[in-house]
Amino acid sequence: MSESLTLEKPRSPRRRAARRNNFELYSWAFMRISGLALVILVLGHLFIMNILDGGVHRINFAFVAGRWSSPFWQFWDLAMLWLAQLHGGNGLRTIIDDYARKDTTRFWLKMLLYASMAVILVLGTLVIFTFDPNITA
Amino acid sequence: MSTTASTAPEAGASDRAGASRRSGTFYRGDPGMWSWVAHRVTGVLTFFFLFVHVLDTALVRVSPNAYDEVIETYKSPFVNLLEVGLVGAVLYHALNGIRVILVDFWEKGPQYQRPMLWTTLGIWVLVMIPGTYFMLARTVSEMFGGGH
Repeated sequence: MSESLTLEKPRSPRRRAARRNNFELYSWAFMRISGLALVILVLGHLFIMNILDGGVHRINFAFVAGRWSSPFWQFWDLAMLWLAQLHGGNGLRTIIDDYARKDTTRFWLKMLLYASMAVILVLGTLVIFTFDPNITA
Repeated sequence: MSTTASTAPEAGASDRAGASRRSGTFYRGDPGMWSWVAHRVTGVLTFFFLFVHVLDTALVRVSPNAYDEVIETYKSPFVNLLEVGLVGAVLYHALNGIRVILVDFWEKGPQYQRPMLWTTLGIWVLVMIPGTYFMLARTVSEMFGGGH
């Protein structure tokens, strides 16, 4: 995308193909599908963790151990982690595209975003799968 | 792709000509635009919180003490107040996201986008009033009624 936002003439010869692939269509659809799932997953998570039965004040290591002893909550948290990270990452990608003015700025902001997403997805997945309730302090 | 376009100086004047707020063709400054701004802001804030939240939860792989110590900060009055803000941000993002989906897929969505915005904000207030109470009740009673 050039720096000035003037439109090229419809038949100008150096006009790029309007659509090289359907990635943006799929990401648009993904935002809506994952969004619907996240409404249940995240609002349920916030309700249980922050509002129900004393909220945040009852959370500690034993509480986490109790929840992750159940495959249901392990799967819940895993699905929430991946969907939220991809949904949020795609949202930030759009925002970077909208506001970064220089191609180099846009490139490095996206690299930073993708690196942070990889770190969070790998770390979070590892923590859920390798959680040990009997870990020594 | 860009949504921040503000090109020619006359653009500001020309997109006002012939368009009125009431007829629904005038986007800039409309509640619909602010709902989009709020959707972005709440989304970005939630994404940044998620980054921190996965890191703090990862402490369960370090030691129970390390985890419990960090979780204590979530129970302090100031951070407790931030949690109300987080729940408010996520709830707005969720409700407005459903509204966006309805505008996209429901045949009458675009026609009802504005009443749906007011409905969204109404539901937000109705949920946040008891939600805030349950989130802050213990913190407030410990701060102001802890002498008993």
